[in-house]
Amino acid sequence: MSQSFDEITAQLKRRHRKSARLKWVSMSALILAAAFLVVFISDMLIKGLPAFQQAQIQVEVTYSEQSQQMPPAAVNEDVRRLVSRGFLRTLPRAMKQNPELMGTTRMEWVLADSSVDQYLKGNHSGLKESQRTVVDKLAEQGRAELKFNTRFFTSGDSKMPELAGIAAAAMGTVMTMIVTMLVCFPIGVMTAIYLEEFATDNWLTQTIEININNLAAVPSILFGLLGLAIYINFFGVPRSTPIVGGLTLALMTLPVIIIATRTALRSVPDTIRQAAFGVGCSRWQVVRDHVLPVSLPGILTGSIIGLAQAMGETAPLIIIGMVAFIPDVSASFTDASTVMPAQIFTWAGEPDRAFVEKTAGGILVLLAVLISLNATAVWLRKKFERRW
Amino acid sequence: MINEQIARAETGAPKQAHDSSPGQPVRVNEDANHDLSIRVRDLNLWYGKNQALKNVNIDIFQKNVTALIGPSGCGKSTFLRCLNRMNDLIKNVRIEGLVEMDGRDVNEAKMDEIALRRRVGMVFQKPNPFPKSIYENIAYAPRMHDLVSRKSDQDELVEQALRDAGLWNEVKDKLAEPGTSLSGGQQQRLCIARAIAVKPDVILMDEPTSALDPISTATIEDLMDKLKQQFTIVTVTHNMQQAARVADYTAFFHLGELIEYNDTRMMFSNPHTKKAEDYITGRYG
Ligand SMILES: Nc1ncnc2c1ncn2[C@@H]1O[C@H](COP(=O)(O)OP(=O)(O)O)[C@@H](O)[C@H]1O
Ligand SMILES: [Mg+2]
Repeated sequence: MSQSFDEITAQLKRRHRKSARLKWVSMSALILAAAFLVVFISDMLIKGLPAFQQAQIQVEVTYSEQSQQMPPAAVNEDVRRLVSRGFLRTLPRAMKQNPELMGTTRMEWVLADSSVDQYLKGNHSGLKESQRTVVDKLAEQGRAELKFNTRFFTSGDSKMPELAGIAAAAMGTVMTMIVTMLVCFPIGVMTAIYLEEFATDNWLTQTIEININNLAAVPSILFGLLGLAIYINFFGVPRSTPIVGGLTLALMTLPVIIIATRTALRSVPDTIRQAAFGVGCSRWQVVRDHVLPVSLPGILTGSIIGLAQAMGETAPLIIIGMVAFIPDVSASFTDASTVMPAQIFTWAGEPDRAFVEKTAGGILVLLAVLISLNATAVWLRKKFERRW
Repeated sequence: MINEQIARAETGAPKQAHDSSPGQPVRVNEDANHDLSIRVRDLNLWYGKNQALKNVNIDIFQKNVTALIGPSGCGKSTFLRCLNRMNDLIKNVRIEGLVEMDGRDVNEAKMDEIALRRRVGMVFQKPNPFPKSIYENIAYAPRMHDLVSRKSDQDELVEQALRDAGLWNEVKDKLAEPGTSLSGGQQQRLCIARAIAVKPDVILMDEPTSALDPISTATIEDLMDKLKQQFTIVTVTHNMQQAARVADYTAFFHLGELIEYNDTRMMFSNPHTKKAEDYITGRYG
């Protein structure tokens, strides 16, 4: 007895309903995830974009013997508290470097105190009633403005929010990443080549393989402890420096690069290896001339992603002291240094409200760097992706 | 019972011919060149515990085409790989017996497999040009083996190899394009050109046309016919007509054994063993 269409359709109804329900559940999950992302990014943008602008006011600056001795005297009493102390501090040096300034009085755009900045941005500020009137008047005359905050990208940390910048941390990140890559890339790639192309499949290589995979899953803070114990305490590498930070992150990135490289090597079709062996290549020639060129995009992509991971890492670096207060941008591997996520962490702990936007601004910069790194990885993959 | 009958049928006259001179074809084509290229004696090969070649004896003659035929899995590719030691790349392979070329056992410790592969080139079932330019595909190996030093010599060698492979006119204007951009048949001829560029003595071909259309197949068959003036060719084929068309000698393998080896005309007109006859007449897979 065969069933009629109507009977079958009746049974199918339940199945269709079930699949419709499942579709809805998965779509809601996706929407929820997307919503979280949108909320996070827009929150960061709203909080962080103001950090890229900083208040400046136009005031009369008097260059005189007196201001050489006591910089605050260089500006009028009524705006003295509105000008950044950081700016005033630079006056004596400026006069020494440009003696022709001496004895002149100039109208200049100078960096405003962060309370003025916060006031102009509509945030709570510590300004007194009278000071607010002055700022309002300056603003009316076009002498108080929010301008692009170059300093945020060119200077290091400071206790004065209007002076604080991400550059020292960015330089620290670059130095640290250079160390990480110099260590990880050659070791990781050669290890993967050995395991994939040379080693015979025995218990030793299998054990190594399992351990490498496990290493990739170890919480990163443990690598920090390992770095502290080995590099700093045992080998005496100086604390807080890019070199020890890079070496520590290398522990973390190495398994990522090994795994990515092995995957890339494995995806090279064996027919290419056979062709190469067939014309009389040695094993190393097969790898160097035929396998590596094909798998290089995959290796680079994996390495960039590993690097991006390391770049966002904070915990292990806290352990080895890379959350230092670094006011100067230094391109040395052996000077105390900090990195971007650690800088963000430091700012997030500052009580001054003005640091809230610095924190978010730092996060935006870090995100931008990470996104461009990942975009580079995707681009590399797309550009060289070929099917053999 | 039936098996016994077959077995008896096989141990007829041809078997005795084998016994008297192992490895020699049952009948010898009088016009052909009979200088020995590769001599194989009592060759046994195991993949782990699985024996893939059983007591193979065969003489392969210079500047002839020798075709290996037989049902799938009978060991044709395995045998072919023994001739340039490509089996070295496979794990758990054990080889016993003699594969002799130019008076040397190719499996002896002193023999460098790279030296062997320079003299015994290979063309694979699926065209596998290097993912490099057409020019590089040819020039790579001679340069690696220091056969050429000057750029002009290299250009000349590339042109010669491509001409010999009948590909020159089709690719001479696009030598810089990737080898993989060619059609399947052209890719296979590129692979042949790559193999002959290092001037080997022997070229092994493992079902070189099985991935190609009939026209490309015919082109490659013509090419083999031409190339045998310079090279010894050992080819595996699934296609009986192809063996009949291109081969001077044909070897029939079955379950790892060399059942019959004869000059091609005799093999196809008058096979001496029942198994070969069944296979050739299409009664067997
Ligand atoms: N790499 C290998 N590892 C293990 N067994 C293999 C391998 N290659 C072939 N064999 C086995 O050896 C036998 C012969 O295979 P092969 O030489 O490929 O046959 P043919 O080329 O005639 O089809 C088959 O039983 C096959 O399963
Ligand atoms: Mg085969």
